[in-house]
This record gives sequence, structure tokens and C-alpha cells, in this order.
Amino acid sequence: MRLKLVPTVTNFDFFSRSKVWLGISGVFMVIALISFLLQGLNFGIDFRGGTTIRTESTTEINVGTYRDALAPLELGDIIISEVFDPSFDADQHVAMIRIQAQDGEEAVTAKMTKDAFAALSSVDPAINFVSVESVGPKVSGELIQTAIIAVILAISAVLFYIWLRFEWQFAVGAVLALVHDVLLTIGIFSELQIKFDLAIIAALLTIVGYSLNDTVVVFDRVRENLRKYKSKPLKDVLNLSINETLSRTMMTSVTTLLALIALLVLGGDVIRGFVFAMTWGVIVGTYSSIFVASAILMALGVKRDWSKPNNEAGTQVPQV
Amino acid sequence: MLFIDLWKKVVIWVVVALGLVLALPNAFYDRVEQFNDAEKAIEVGFDTPENLKKTELWTPFLPSGLVNLGLDLRGGAHLLAEVQVADVYAQRMTALWPDVRDVLRPERATVGTIRLQKGTPDELRVKISEPVGMDRALQLVRGLSQPVTSLGGAMSNDLDVRAEGDEIVVNLSVAEQAATTERTLRQALEIIRRRIDEVGTREPTIQRQGVDRILIQVPGIGSAAELKEIIGTTAQLTFQPVVGRGSNPEVPAGAGNEVLPSLNDEGVYYTLVSAPVVTGEELVDAQPSFDQNNRPAVNFRFNPTGARAFGDYTRDNIGSLFAIVLDGEVISAPVIQSHIPGGSGIITGSFTVEESTNLAVLLRAGALPAGLEFLEERTIGPELGADSIKAGQIACIVAGIAVLIFMVLSYGLFGIFANVALIINVGLIFGLLSLVGATLTLPGIAGIVLTIGMAVDANVLVFERIREEIRAEKGPARSIELGYEKAISAITDANVTTFMTAVILFAMGSGPVRGFAITLGLGILTSVFTAIFVTRLLVVIWFDRARPKKIEV
Repeated sequence: MRLKLVPTVTNFDFFSRSKVWLGISGVFMVIALISFLLQGLNFGIDFRGGTTIRTESTTEINVGTYRDALAPLELGDIIISEVFDPSFDADQHVAMIRIQAQDGEEAVTAKMTKDAFAALSSVDPAINFVSVESVGPKVSGELIQTAIIAVILAISAVLFYIWLRFEWQFAVGAVLALVHDVLLTIGIFSELQIKFDLAIIAALLTIVGYSLNDTVVVFDRVRENLRKYKSKPLKDVLNLSINETLSRTMMTSVTTLLALIALLVLGGDVIRGFVFAMTWGVIVGTYSSIFVASAILMALGVKRDWSKPNNEAGTQVPQV
Repeated sequence: MLFIDLWKKVVIWVVVALGLVLALPNAFYDRVEQFNDAEKAIEVGFDTPENLKKTELWTPFLPSGLVNLGLDLRGGAHLLAEVQVADVYAQRMTALWPDVRDVLRPERATVGTIRLQKGTPDELRVKISEPVGMDRALQLVRGLSQPVTSLGGAMSNDLDVRAEGDEIVVNLSVAEQAATTERTLRQALEIIRRRIDEVGTREPTIQRQGVDRILIQVPGIGSAAELKEIIGTTAQLTFQPVVGRGSNPEVPAGAGNEVLPSLNDEGVYYTLVSAPVVTGEELVDAQPSFDQNNRPAVNFRFNPTGARAFGDYTRDNIGSLFAIVLDGEVISAPVIQSHIPGGSGIITGSFTVEESTNLAVLLRAGALPAGLEFLEERTIGPELGADSIKAGQIACIVAGIAVLIFMVLSYGLFGIFANVALIINVGLIFGLLSLVGATLTLPGIAGIVLTIGMAVDANVLVFERIREEIRAEKGPARSIELGYEKAISAITDANVTTFMTAVILFAMGSGPVRGFAITLGLGILTSVFTAIFVTRLLVVIWFDRARPKKIEV
């Protein structure tokens, strides 16, 4: 027989405790915000300038020796961390070295890389630099700006589209759910101090897209049911819509998560942060489209007069 | 009833077939790549047997477009350089001073004595001792300016001349600055392109970014530092008469002279006449070679004007020192032994073979119009790229299989239809990527994996609808029809919104992020196409054959 993630017909009451859910979400958002304000994000060089060197060696890595070897170069703040990944060979030892932006230098000088290589080779002759990336303070400042603009632009474009296709209450619900997702993602990155770079911004926008996808599917059903059951209380209509789409919500989340988890485990450490952000985003996004977006819609109330002629089928994009 | 017009069926199959054929070369990446390289080489005349043999690796009538691999997958160097256009403005102002002096001098009676003042580098400040003559002075200096045609067609002059107290201040006008920036950037792009082509790496990307930046990506090069040595050097070569030689950098140079350090001998400074006899612009060729002592050197040849100037000068100054200056440093200052009439010569210094080769490349390609400052540089080793591809492939396969199994378990026969569509979908993504010549990056692979997960969404929406209709006791055909009809609104809304974020990512992002946006965006297009058309077509074909009384989804 068929694999069923949820029973064929469900009748969960998602709204009897809608205030509690909103409250929990609110608390998490506040925690995320506080963590962000207190700890800040662990920005990668994309956003704060500096140099990262990825080293590979066949011998065991000793972070302390590396640090001592680099100390005479006086490069300022240096962070060295060893990287572990199931996809590495047994004698593949990888470390990441992050060096702060040097005063007065836009990008790394060839000399610095050469010196660092010479210093590390003296303690570990088998060492090899597999990648060296360097971003100057000028560019990193601009990258932050562009990233923030991109996220804001994405959210406003969405707000506008949903407002066109639905009603403004839907748009507000959807966008608050997005803000919720973005904030919680930033929160977990700040709490766990995972490296936050340009790719994470891409992940954030994908989360925005995914969460929205989910929210829109629920809203689409709400709109349909609002027309079908003209006298049913809003709460019941919302509940019915979420229950009706629950099977689909779960199916899509599970297939997406299956793919993401495969990538998380097997995709290598270079994109792990990126994939982690997306995995987290899918979970949070699924939750928010049910418990945040709809709860806000419920709180805002919605206009029940759907007699406008061009909205009958619900399959056309309105003329704009 | 369930019915799809024949022409629609044909169109769907043709699109699918076309997409898959376009994707096909990627399945044989190495072979097709060798084939393409060989084809290119033969086109420019290298029809060696080896290359001809390689053309047999692939059938010529099949498409041979490949998905470009980004630097993070192939390895290579990435540089973002800012062209120091302000230097060019400054040079222009410095060069203007003699002209200003020459027009004001005959008018001493009205303007008084004239003196150059220190100002910011992008302006020229001249003090006159008779402020009453200011109007006349301004008029004269303005006479030096020339009209600029700007894009809007509005005419303006290249110089802004104004008075500040008893000083005349000259700037480049806004229009001229824009025109200069444009010209400088175009020259810099051209020179960089020539230099990289000289070194002969494959498929470099050299693009202008923003107003004054240039993005350079060269796959396969060992390190960004290497690349920087080639493109970062200005390579302004001049030949200047030597006035004196000493160890004091602060020695007074005298009017029209300058003091420059020696490149190889530390602590040695030459006093030179600023105006060069010949410059690198008059070179027609430069080749690495060896001098009579078998040390690496660079042979060069001048064009006729350069040759004449060089010949005349060497004839008249036998026995004196002559400095060869590169980017403000004296490479060498040999004694002129004899008249050199042929216009060719040799530069010797303490070069290594590599340095002499690089210098020859730089001299051949010409000097950069302005210095470069590097804002961003990334080197990715080819091993890391190969590891990433390997990990990405495994993840793709595992993700794909997991989703396929899950879909069959959930939807049975309909799940198989969705799976066929999913496989076609991945094929179409690669086909489209090859077609538009997009670049696949590591986040791009993540985009494909994400698409695998999300592509089934449209199918899931439809299948769940069909289930609902079946529960509502509709007939099988009617259920399928209604399922598609009702799901379309949700599918549209959901995908339009995701597509919008992909577009924004593409517009705002750069490099790897852009690669992700491309695969995500294309993935949305193909997944909607496969879910709405391909799966439906499969369902209809099956339904026509089987005519089931009851369906189970």
C-alpha cells in the first residue's frame, strides 16, 4: 500500500492555540534578534575583508604549530581551524586559515601568500594551498550593501505580487512569515557562529522563495474555500484549507529535505553552511506557512466579498 | 474528456527531445571538451594529426555545447581590479602646466608673474601676482580647452577653469572625466585581454564591472599571484638620458629632471631627464632572448619613428649613459657604445628566464593606461574543484534516488510518471544550461539538487488534487482533469514567486551566487513544464491505453 505521511483526511485544529504558536514564534524571533545583536554574525571574508587560505596536507594537522609558524609574520588576527568531512580520504587533512584585512592593502599581496606558504612548509613539508581567497575592505562593504538590498528587494517584490494576486492581508501574512524565517535563520547562524558569507545570502533568498511557495499554496486554498463556503467562520475556513493542503505540504517538504540532507551529508564541506541554511529554512518555512502566515491572516481578518468578476476562476493573473 | 491535441503532443515531445539532445554532450564531458578544443585549434590552422584524431571523439552533427564549469569547480584564478582613473586625471593636469605657462607668459604685463601652486592631484593651481589681470588669464587658459561630445549630444569643454582669489584652478570637466574614464577602461580591457592571450590560457573571462572595475577570471591558472604579475604591471617603458648617478634619493634633480631608483642595485639612484627619448609605445616587437654572456634578456624593435629618434640620439651621444626605465624604476643604464641605426636593441638586467619572458609579453601587449588596484582575488586549486564535483555528483545521485523511491512509494504508478518527468527535468536543465552557455558553480549544483526536491512539488499538488476529487466520488477521467485544472493556480503562484527571487539573485549576485540563481531559475521553468505537460501527457497516454474504471493515486 501507499506510504502516507499524514492520514488521508485530517482534521487538526491549528487555530485553537494560534496565540500560543504566534507567541512561541515571537519569543524565538526575539532570541534570534538578541543573539544577533549580542554575538553578531561570524562574517566570512566576503563581508569583512581579509584572506582565507585552505590548506591540505597528508600529515596530521596541529593547529598550534601552524599558529606558531605564522606568528612571526605579524599578520594580525589569525583564525586557524581544522576541517573534518566524511568525504575526505584517510590521509587528507584540511585546515582553514583566516587572516584579517591588512592595513592599507586592498587585497592580499603575493608576498604574504608566499611568506605564509614558506612558514607553514617549514613545519609541515607536505602542506599545499588548495585555495586562497582575498577580499578587500572596499568590495566587502559593497557586498554587504548589495546583499541587504537583495533581501529587501526580494521581500518587497513578493509583497507586491501577493497583494496583486490576493488581498493585502495575505501579503502581510506572507511577508511576516518571511521575516520570521529570515530572522530565525540569521539567529541560528549567530547562535552557532557558522560562517556567514555571500552564499548564505543566496540561501536566505531561496528560503524566502521556498517558504513563500508553501504559504502561497495554503493561501490559494484559503481563497478557494472562502468562495466555496461563504458563511463559514474564517477560522474554520483556514483550518480546513491547511488540513486539505497538509498532505501536499508534508510531501514537498520531505522530498526537498531528502535532497538537501543528501547534499548536507555528501556534498562536501565547502557548501555545508549553504546547505545547512537551506535545510533549516525549509523546516522553518514549512512551520511558518502554517503557524505564522495563516495565524496573521486570521488576526487581520479578510474581506469576504469575492464577487469581483475577474477573480472568479482564480487562474488568471490580474490585468495590471 | 482527457484529450491533448496532436500538435501539442508533438510540440511537447520535440521540446523534450531537443532539450535532451542539447544535454547529451555533458554526459561525455571529457571527450566533447577535447573534441571542441581540437576543432578550435584546427580552425586557426593547427591541423596536426593529433588534433584531427581528436575530432573523431564526437559526432559533428550532434550539438557540442557544454555547460561551462565555474572557477570553484574547475580551479583557476579570479581577480577584481580597479583601474586608477584618478591617476590619469592627475597626469592630464600635470601635462597641462607647460601649456598654461606658455599662454600666460606673453601676457606678463597684465597677469604678472605666474607660479605653479600645490593642489589636489586632480587640479592645476596657478597663482598670478596681478589679480586685476584675472579675467584675461582665465580667458587665455579657457582658450586651451577643447570641446567634448558627450553621449547626450550636449557640447561641453574638457576643462573647467575658475578663479579662487588670485589663483587659477583648472579641473577636468565632468563630461571629460566620464569620457576619460570610458577611454581608459576600454584601453585597459584591451591591454589586459592581449596580455592574457599572449600567455595563452583557455577561455578567460575579462569583463568590465561597474564604472572603473575589471573582472578577470582565468581557469586553470595556478594562482592569482601569477596572474597579477602578468596583468598588474603597468609596463610603461621609457628610454631616458642620464644626468647623474648617486646614492641619495633626495638629491636636487634640477628643472625638467627626475630621480628614479635602480631596479636591481639597492641604494642606487639615477638623475634622469624627464622627457623620454623614446617610449614603449613605439615598440613593434619584443622577444625574450639571451645576451652575449648568455644571461636572459629581452630583444626589442622600434617602429620607424621610434627607430629614427633612437638612432639619432645614440649617434649624437656616444659615450654617455642611457637609462631604460620600466614603471619608474631603472632596469639598466648602459653606456652608448656606438650609433644604433636599425631601431632594434636589447634590454639586459639581472633577469631570470621567467622574468624576461614576462617582460617581453608585457612590452608586446603595450602599457596599461593607468595602474590597477586589486580589490578581490581568489585562487581555487583544481583538486578542490574536482573534489567538489565528485561530492556534488554523489549528492545528486543519492538525492535523486531517494526522491524517486519516495515518489513511487507515495503515489504508485503516478509516482513513476512523476519520476520520468523528474529525470527529463534534470536533463532539460543541463540542456538549457548548455544552450545559454551558463556557468555551473558549486552553489549551482546545490540549486540542481534543490530543484530535484522541489520539482516534484507541482506534481504533488496535482496528485493531491486528483486524490481529493476521487474522494469526492468523481469518475477517474474527471478527477484527473479537475486535478490539473484546480492545481494550476497554486502552481503558478508558487512558481512565479520563487522565480522572482531567482531573478533578483541573478541581478544582484555575482560569481557562484549567480550560478545558483541560474540553475534555480531554469529549474523552475523546466519543472513547471515537465509537471504540467510531460507528466500530464504520460498520464493521458496511459489512461487512453488502460481505460481504468477506478484509479488510485
